[in-house]
Amino acid sequence: MNEYSVLNSRLPRIDAPLKATGLAKYADDLKFPGMLYATILQSPVAHARILNIDTSRAKKLKGVKAVITSKETGLIKYGVSPARYDETLFAHDKVRYVGDEIAAVAAVDQATALEALSLIKVDYQELPAVFDMFEAMKEGAPQIHDDYPGNLNAEVHQEFGDTEAALAECDLVINHTFLNKRQDAAFLEPHSCVAIYDLDGRLTLHTSTQVPHYVMRTVAMVLQIPVGNVRVVKPYVGGGFGPKCEATPLELSCAFLSRFTGKPVKMTYSREQVFLHSRARHQFFAEMSLGVRKDGTMVALKNKAILDGGAYTSFGIATVYYAGSLLGGPYKLKSMKYDGYRAYTNKPACGAQRGHGGVAHRAAFEQLIDRTAGELGIDPIELRLKNIMTAGDMTVNELDMSSLGMKECIEAVKEHSGWQNKKGKLRRGKGIGMACGFFVSGAGYPIYRSDTYHSTVVIKLSEDGGTAIVQTGSAEIGQGSDTTMAMIAAETLGISIDNVKVVSGDTDLSVDLGAYSSRQTLMTGHATREAAEQIRGILKRYLAQEMGCTEESICFSNGIVKFDGQPGNYDKLRSHYIKEHRGWTDQPSGEYLTFKEVARMTYLKDGTLVGTGKYKPPRLGGSYKGAAVGTSPAYGCSAQVVEVDVDLQTGEITIENMTDAHDCGLAINKTSVEGQMQGSLSMGLGECLFEEVKFDSRGRIVNPSLGEYRIPTALDMPNVKSIIVESHEPNGPYGAKEVGEGAIMPTIPAILNAIYDATGVRMNELPVTSERLFLALKKQEIA
Amino acid sequence: MKKIIKLTINGESVEAAVEPNRTLLQFLREDLGLTGTKHGCGLGDCGACTVIMEGRAVNSCLILAIQAHGKEIITIEGLAEGGRLHPIQQAFVDKGAIQCGFCTPGMILSAKALLDRNPKPTEMEIRTAISGNLCRCTGYQKIVEAIESASETIGSEEVS
Ligand code: FES
Ligand code: FES
Repeated sequence: MNEYSVLNSRLPRIDAPLKATGLAKYADDLKFPGMLYATILQSPVAHARILNIDTSRAKKLKGVKAVITSKETGLIKYGVSPARYDETLFAHDKVRYVGDEIAAVAAVDQATALEALSLIKVDYQELPAVFDMFEAMKEGAPQIHDDYPGNLNAEVHQEFGDTEAALAECDLVINHTFLNKRQDAAFLEPHSCVAIYDLDGRLTLHTSTQVPHYVMRTVAMVLQIPVGNVRVVKPYVGGGFGPKCEATPLELSCAFLSRFTGKPVKMTYSREQVFLHSRARHQFFAEMSLGVRKDGTMVALKNKAILDGGAYTSFGIATVYYAGSLLGGPYKLKSMKYDGYRAYTNKPACGAQRGHGGVAHRAAFEQLIDRTAGELGIDPIELRLKNIMTAGDMTVNELDMSSLGMKECIEAVKEHSGWQNKKGKLRRGKGIGMACGFFVSGAGYPIYRSDTYHSTVVIKLSEDGGTAIVQTGSAEIGQGSDTTMAMIAAETLGISIDNVKVVSGDTDLSVDLGAYSSRQTLMTGHATREAAEQIRGILKRYLAQEMGCTEESICFSNGIVKFDGQPGNYDKLRSHYIKEHRGWTDQPSGEYLTFKEVARMTYLKDGTLVGTGKYKPPRLGGSYKGAAVGTSPAYGCSAQVVEVDVDLQTGEITIENMTDAHDCGLAINKTSVEGQMQGSLSMGLGECLFEEVKFDSRGRIVNPSLGEYRIPTALDMPNVKSIIVESHEPNGPYGAKEVGEGAIMPTIPAILNAIYDATGVRMNELPVTSERLFLALKKQEIA
Repeated sequence: MKKIIKLTINGESVEAAVEPNRTLLQFLREDLGLTGTKHGCGLGDCGACTVIMEGRAVNSCLILAIQAHGKEIITIEGLAEGGRLHPIQQAFVDKGAIQCGFCTPGMILSAKALLDRNPKPTEMEIRTAISGNLCRCTGYQKIVEAIESASETIGSEEVS
């Protein structure tokens, strides 16, 4: 039975009616009087010295209000992690990829702004460029940043235990390599923002972002104004998936242009610019060895990663750490060694995307487990179960699995997929495969070093006591965080969700690090709960005094108040309330005192009722270098089984069934949890089977459109059997943890393992297009 | 040179002077402020700009405003009536078919165009009808379920 009145249900999302009617406002829907339109000039060449920039003709064009280059904006370096600030808003000495920003224009309309761009003359001296990560790391390769010889942007070396010695003692060691391709997040809403710089030197930025907080800080730093003078307001956002996790040239340009013109300035990226800005999934090359004992006990994992970072760091430092740290579980290992390298190339910068840093190496690892199982003659599910971690286990790299329903997930997908009757029993061409994975519920540390709270929340009661207004800087980007917070507030206060309103995404409201690393349910959820508890405490204190009872005897639920489970003798309070509100139409009646009455009476005594909550994780992780990346207060996990049908003549793959189980702790909203699971699977399916950002020999993207860069359509996705597994997470609010990213982890390897089962061909390069599989099948025939 | 166009949008007649190269999408969003129609690509790839023209779902980014002269257009703003959601909208809300919501207006209009001509579509017909509407968030499953459920609601409303 459900012990909650609001949580763990299937309530419709609170923002759904607005979105269904087209009334929800996204950044590009905003319009302000006198608003100017801006565009950015981007480099047409991949690597070149800038000899001269002449903006004089553009400035003279009628309707142009400002043209800015690095001369006007300065050369303040920024980026994601302070250790690697390697970007300036505009290139000044060099351009490093096709798309590097050089200048921006604000004009009375879009057409004029575009025309002005064509009048800016830039003289380039082209330099040799390098587009391949392996080439970039070779001696004599063109140097992209002076400060990073060998184009080595970052390297990581970690070892837990003595891996070589452990491997030497194993009965079986299998080596595996894997190569994915650069992906685009392909959210439906292109980046867009409006900057309004007012005469007091205050900036308001309405922008399509996942992280209002970080955007505020970066914009303040680059514009050299106090953080308190920047307000970032996030309207509804049409998807992010990672790339909207950092301040963009679009936001910075609009802020400067608004400052220079004194007008609101809007800019929206074209779809091609979204591809050029990128910041999406890296290309990874994985080289891995897994050593096991005869009985299938996993012993040691050696893992090496090479990442194609593109021209700048973006989130790359975290990415290269994650590719190692996220293999520490969910299987018990005695030792693990990781070496990671991120190379600069003359392409758009890669950053974070759903399953940050973990997806490609998880795919390699889960294939390796499949191969090991095959070699040992053990069922892949049995091999996994033999090595599985359970709640309370600590990984070799000191990640604490405070709750972990991994085993339950595996058993669920085994049962619901009919694994037993299918594995090893299907005809050639049909295959079944499985894989597991886990992910953080919020990064253990902020991106910049600080003791800051990760979330604060303010809840205010309306003066009539009828509405609780949750105020938070957290970012609703489609994942459903506003609804989650409304549900947590309603549950804690003991009222209906209809009496909760959420105002979010505004840096003036509270501190919140934003929507990344699947952190909001856990972290913002904690702060929301605490704020609501504070209000509940205030109301209880008031009531205890008025009624002469103990606070412990009072219980709020479903909008009413009970005293030791009884209505209690509240006549005095109610008649006071009714007298106070003579002539009001919504006088209380009914057997019980209502929350609203209590809230109103408390207000009359104390003034506006406000509760505040805050959350930051405790100190997490080991003391080795890079121990912070991968830490989290909790980990979600999932298992998937995929069934495929391969046309052996053409290599065409049909995904017939997907069975997915995810442990999200307590499912705050079951419908939203399933939505995250299904969305994750579709993104994983796309990456596995057809998504790839392609470049020509000069570093230009060949397929910068949603038509040529193909993402799954309704015809590509099968119906997924989604099973929610609920563990109790001691570190989560009401036991809840992540679902938005962990769910993508097993998808790619489960498909690849199914393809192997169907064909006997081990695909270790993505995407597995029918052409690639066809060629592999041909090769197999010859061999 | 601007041209005068006359058309019906959500049941109301509209007359306006537009540049010949202005798309219907720009006209709706920028000139009329009907921003429920979304701009996801401008190339006919994503379906976020879907509106119903003469009973058919079309990509408004691929149609010039002047081509809409004399036509009847329905946008997402024209669906809810008398403060009540249209059954398709209601089903999208109830079934969890909406996440970021950016594809939603286009999806709903594609679904409406389908159900108007085929009130009892099969799952395959639904999937085909929305195959030009990309959604990156949902994996489509709950959208398909919502359209199935709307088809039932509309069917039973008509019978009663
Ligand atoms: S905006 Fe028209 S199809 Fe994408
Ligand atoms: S709900 Fe986000 S694109 Fe469909």
